[in-house]
Amino acid sequence: MAKHGPGPHGPGGPPGGFRKPRNIRGTLGKLMRYLGRYKLQLALVAVLLVVSSACTVGGSYLLRPLINDYILPGDFPGLARMLGVMALVYILGAASSFGYSRVMVHISQTTVAKIRADLFGKMQDLPLKFFDTHTHGELMSRYTNDIETVSEALNNSFGSLISCTLNFTGTIAMMLVLSPALTLVTFGTLLVMLLVVKTVGSRSRRYFSGQQKALGEVNGYIEEMIEGQKVIKVFNHEREARAGFQRRNEAYRDAATRAQIFAGMMMPAMGNLNYVNYAVTCCVGGLLAIRNGDLGGLAAFLQYSRQVGQPITQISQQVNTILSAVAGAERIFEVMETPPETDEGKVRLVRAEAGEDGAVTRVHRDTNAWAWLKPDGSLTPLRGDVRFDHVVFGYDEGRTILHDVSLFAKPGQKIAFVGSTGAGKTTITSLINRFYEIQGGTITYDGIDVRDIAKESLRRSLGVVLQDTHLFTGTVADNIRYGRLEATDEEVEAAAKLAGADGFIRHLPQGYQTVLSGDGGSLSQGERQLLNIARAACANPPVLILDEATSSIDTRTEKLIEKGMDRLMAGRTVFVIAHRLSTVRNAKAIMVLEQGEIIERGDHDGLLEQKGRYYQLYTGLAELA
Amino acid sequence: MRNRLWPCARPYGLWILAGVACSAMEAVFELLIPLVMSDIVDIGIANADQSFILRKGGLMIVLAVASLCFGLGAAVTSSVAGMGFGANLRRAEYDHIQTFAFSNIEGFSTASLVTRLTNDVHNLQMTLMMSMRLMVRAPVMLVAALFFSIRISYRLSSVFLVALPLLLAVVSVLLATTGPLFRSLQEKTDALNLVVQEDLAGVRVVKSFVREDREREKFAERNDDLKNTSLRAFGRVVINMPLMMLIVYGTIIAVMWFGGQMVYAGSLEAGKLITYFTYITQIMMSLMMVSMIFMMLTRSAACARRVAEVLDETPAITDAGAETGEDGLPAAVSDGSIVFDHVYFRYHAESPEWILEDVSLRIPSGATVGILGGTGSGKTSLVSLIPRLYEADKGTVSVGGRPVETYTMERLREAAGMVLQKNTLFSGTIRENLLWGDPEATEEELWAACRSACADEFLERMPDGLDTDLGQGGVNVSGGQKQRLCIARAILKKPKVLILDDSTSAVDTATDAKIRAAFARELKDTTKLIIAQRVASVREADLILVMEGGRVIAQGTHEELMESCGLYREVCLSQQEGGSIDG
Repeated sequence: MAKHGPGPHGPGGPPGGFRKPRNIRGTLGKLMRYLGRYKLQLALVAVLLVVSSACTVGGSYLLRPLINDYILPGDFPGLARMLGVMALVYILGAASSFGYSRVMVHISQTTVAKIRADLFGKMQDLPLKFFDTHTHGELMSRYTNDIETVSEALNNSFGSLISCTLNFTGTIAMMLVLSPALTLVTFGTLLVMLLVVKTVGSRSRRYFSGQQKALGEVNGYIEEMIEGQKVIKVFNHEREARAGFQRRNEAYRDAATRAQIFAGMMMPAMGNLNYVNYAVTCCVGGLLAIRNGDLGGLAAFLQYSRQVGQPITQISQQVNTILSAVAGAERIFEVMETPPETDEGKVRLVRAEAGEDGAVTRVHRDTNAWAWLKPDGSLTPLRGDVRFDHVVFGYDEGRTILHDVSLFAKPGQKIAFVGSTGAGKTTITSLINRFYEIQGGTITYDGIDVRDIAKESLRRSLGVVLQDTHLFTGTVADNIRYGRLEATDEEVEAAAKLAGADGFIRHLPQGYQTVLSGDGGSLSQGERQLLNIARAACANPPVLILDEATSSIDTRTEKLIEKGMDRLMAGRTVFVIAHRLSTVRNAKAIMVLEQGEIIERGDHDGLLEQKGRYYQLYTGLAELA
Repeated sequence: MRNRLWPCARPYGLWILAGVACSAMEAVFELLIPLVMSDIVDIGIANADQSFILRKGGLMIVLAVASLCFGLGAAVTSSVAGMGFGANLRRAEYDHIQTFAFSNIEGFSTASLVTRLTNDVHNLQMTLMMSMRLMVRAPVMLVAALFFSIRISYRLSSVFLVALPLLLAVVSVLLATTGPLFRSLQEKTDALNLVVQEDLAGVRVVKSFVREDREREKFAERNDDLKNTSLRAFGRVVINMPLMMLIVYGTIIAVMWFGGQMVYAGSLEAGKLITYFTYITQIMMSLMMVSMIFMMLTRSAACARRVAEVLDETPAITDAGAETGEDGLPAAVSDGSIVFDHVYFRYHAESPEWILEDVSLRIPSGATVGILGGTGSGKTSLVSLIPRLYEADKGTVSVGGRPVETYTMERLREAAGMVLQKNTLFSGTIRENLLWGDPEATEEELWAACRSACADEFLERMPDGLDTDLGQGGVNVSGGQKQRLCIARAILKKPKVLILDDSTSAVDTATDAKIRAAFARELKDTTKLIIAQRVASVREADLILVMEGGRVIAQGTHEELMESCGLYREVCLSQQEGGSIDG
C-alpha cells in the first residue's frame, strides 16, 4: 500500500511525486550500462532520428522552390517532379520515425524487463532486516511507480528529447538560411518563451509539491479510516469520520486546483506566444517580401516559425519526465545495491547413510539421514544439536534484545520457550536459521558455527512453522508442496493427514486442487495454520521450529491433531514457542524468558519445584481454572 | 453509470460550459490567424501596401492575445471543474461507504475500496480536466478548419473527402485494436505485482524454505509474459504516428498539386494556398490529440465503472424499520436484556449451510455471559447480530425488549458496545482514541476506564501518558496493550451491552482475571458477553453458552455444564493440564 499513490499525471505539468534525483550522472551511467547491450540498435536509432528530423525540417523548406519556381511560373511538369521529391522525403521521414520508435520500444521494454528481473532477483538475496525496515508499500512502489516512469522515459522521452533538439536546431538553421532578419524576430519571441517556461515552471513545481502533500494526506486518511471502517460503525463515528475526510478533501481540492491551473496555463501560453511570433513574422516578412518577392520563402519561413516553438514546451516536459525517471531508477538501484545476506559458509548439507560400522557415507538418493559435508571433505552426521553460547543480539544497534543467552538442545529434544510478548522468544528462533546476524557469542549446530554453514543448507535443515501464516496463490497441494517441490501427490496427502488438515481439505470444492487466492482468504485462521504445519511436514526437516504454530486452533482440534504433531516431532529436535502451557508441558526443557534473558530453565516438574515464575504462571492459572 | 457520476459534476456545470466555450473559442481564434495571414500575402504583398500589412499584423496579434485569454480561461475553468468534480466524487463515495453494513464492506474488500477512493477518483478528475482542455479543442479545430478551408476554396476542399475518411478509419482501427492489448497489459501487470506482493508478505516463509529460486522462476515467467505483451501493445501504438503523418503528407501533396494549378489559373491566391497548408497541419495535430485522449478514456472507463459500483451498492442494513419512542425521538434502548428467538443467519444468501441455526436465547439485563466453542462454531456471528452489524435471516433478535431493527443504528450501537476481534486504533494520541467512546469524557473518567481495562499500569509508565502518540494503526503499543486500550474505549461508551470478542487473547491470564473482576465491580448493570478460548475466562459467568456448528448446544453455569455437557467437559480437561500465558 503506497501511502502517496502518485497516480497518473496530466501532460500539462511535472509528474506527480516529483523528486529530484540525487546523483544524476551516476544513475544515468548505470542505466546506460543496461542499454550497453543494444549498441547496434542504438546507433540505428541515432541514424533514424537524424534522418527523420532532416526530413521534417527539409520537407518544409521544399515549400519555397515549390511556390517560387513552379507554382507561380506555372511549370507543371516541374511541379509534379518537385511533389514527387516531396513525397519521397515525407515517406522517408515517416518510415524512419516509425523505425526508431519501433526499435526504441524493443530496447526499452526488454531493458525494463531486465531491470525488473534484476530487481526481484537481488531482492531475494536481501537480509530480513531490509524487509523489516521497508514497508511493503514502499517496495511495491519500486515495481509499480518507479519502473513505470523509467519505462516511459525510455519509451518516449529520450527519443523525443533528441528529436526535439535536432528539430529545433535544424529549424533555426533553415530559418537563418531563409532569412536572417526574420530569424532575429523569432529569437526575440523564443527568449520570452524561455522566460515563461522558467517562471511558470518553477512556480508550478512549488504548487505541485503542495498538491502532492495534500494528496498524501487525503489518501493516508482514506487508507487508515477504511481499514478501521468496522470500528467506525461500532462506535457510531461516521459523522466525525466524514468531517475529518471532508477537511482533507477540501484542502486537497484547493491545492490541486491551484497546481493544475498553473500547469494548464503553460500550453495556451506557449501556443499563443507562438502565434504572436507568427503575426510579427508575417508583418516583417510581408514587408520584406514586397521588396524581394520571395513568397515561397515566406511560406516556408512561416511554417518554420510555427514549428519552432513546439520543441521548447516539449523539451521542458521531457526533461521533467526524465528527471523523475532518473529519481525512480535511483531508488531501484538503491535496492539492488543493498548488500545481500552474507553467506560465506562452506559447510553443506547432504543426504547420508549410516553404514553398519556407524560411519556415514554420502548418497544421492532420498534417505532419512543427513550429514554436514565440510570443505575438507569430511562428513559429520546431522544430529540436531543446537547450542547458544553467550549470545548477544539486537535488531538495531544500541537496543539489545537478547542479553547473554546460553542454551543447548540435545538431538531429539523438545525445547520450549515461554514468556510474554517482546521477551525475545521469536528472536531466538530467528537466530538459529540466521535470519539476523548476532552481535556477540556463538551459535553452533552439531558443533559447527552456523556462520560456517551455507545458508541454503542451514535453512533446509530447519522446518519453520510461523504464527503468521502465509499461503501463495495456487492450489492447496502446491502450497503444501512448497516445503519440498519434488514431493509426490501421495506424500502431500500424507503430510496433510499428519497435520490433521486432510479432513477440511477434502471438504473444499476441488479438494487438494482447490485454488487459493488472496493469501487463502477463504480459509479460517485455524485451517491456514493446519496447512502451514502440513507444509513443514512435507519438507521433512531434521529440526523443527514451531512458533505459535497452533495458536489459532481451538483446544479441541489441537487435541485431535496432537497425535499427528507427536509423530511429526518424533526423533527431531524441536523448538516450540507457545502460548498455551499445555502445548509445552511435555517439553524436555522449558526456557522462561523475560526481557531477553532466560530467567528459568528445566523440565515441567523441575520448574514447578523451583517455585519461580513458571510456577506462578502455571499455578496462577490452575487456581483460576 | 454516467448518471451516478454526473451529480458530482453538476455543481460545476457552468464551469464546464464556460470551459468548453473557452476551449472552442481558443481553437477558432487560432484558426482565424492564418486567414489574416493570407490577406497579408494576397493583398498586402501583392499591392505592396505596407500599412495594410501592419494593420493586419496588429489584428493577428489581437487575435493571438484573445486566443491566449480563452486558453488561460480554459486552464482555469477546467482545473476548477476537474478538481471540484474529483472532490465531490470522492466525498460522495466516502459518505456512501459510511452507510455500508459490514457485509457491504466485505463484499468489496478494504484494499479495493481504498483504490476506488484514491487512484480511481484521481484518474477521473484528471480525465475530466484534460477532456475539457483537449477533447473540445480537437473536434472544434477539425470542424472549423474544414469550414474555413471550404470557404477558401470549395473545389480544393474535395481533397478532404478522400483524406478525412481515411484518417478516421485509421484512427478508429488503431483504437479498436490497441484497446484490448492495453487491457491485457494491465492484467499482466497485475499478475506480476501479485507475485511481488506475495513474496514480500511471505518473505520469512520463502527464506525458511530456501525457495528464492522458485520465486525468481515464478517472477521470470510473469515478467516475460508482461514483456511480450508490452512489446505487442507499444509496437502497435508506434504505427499510429507515422501512418497519420503519411496520410496528412499525402493530403499536402494533393493540395499543392491541385492548388498549384488553381493558383496559376488565377482561381486561388498564393496566400490562401499557404493557409490551406497550415490548416492541414492543424487538423493532423488535433487528430493526434484525439487518439491520445482516447487512450486516457479507455483507462478512465474502467475507473468510472469501479467508482459507480461503489455508489450503486445498496447498504444491506438501513434505518427503515426504526420506530420513535414516547418522546418522539428515535426509540432508545431501555436496558441490556437480550433475546434471540429462533434466529437463523448466514453471510451469503446462496451458501447452502446456515452459520447460525435456530438459536434461541434469553439473557437478563446485567448478566455476564461466556461463549465458548471451536473455530468456526459461530460465536462471532452470534454476537454480531446484537449491535446489528449483520442482520438475521430468520427469527428476531431483541435488545431491551424491542427487536433490533426498530432502533436506529445510532441508538442501538450507542447502547451495545463491542470490542472486535481484529481491532483498530487510529493515528493520533491515546487520548484521542479513547475519546471515540465518549467525546465529553473528563480526565477522571478516562483514567477510570483505563483502570477497569488494566491499561493504567502501562500508561503510567509512558512518558506522555494519555497524550502518547500512537502512530498509524497503533504501532507504538504491543498487542496486549492495544487490546486493553480498545476495551477502555468501549467502556467509556457506558454501554448497556458490552461484547468482548476474544478481546483479551494477547493479555496474560492474571491481567485477564483483573479485567473481569473490574467488570463485575464497575459494570454491574451492563450485560457482558465474553467470547473466549480459555475456560478460565468464562468460568464465573452467570451463563455459559457452548456453541458447535452454528447451534448453541448447551447453556448453563460452569457446574451445570460440567455435569451435562460432554464437549464442555472435554474442553475444560484439555485446558486444565496447563494454562496459557501472554503470548
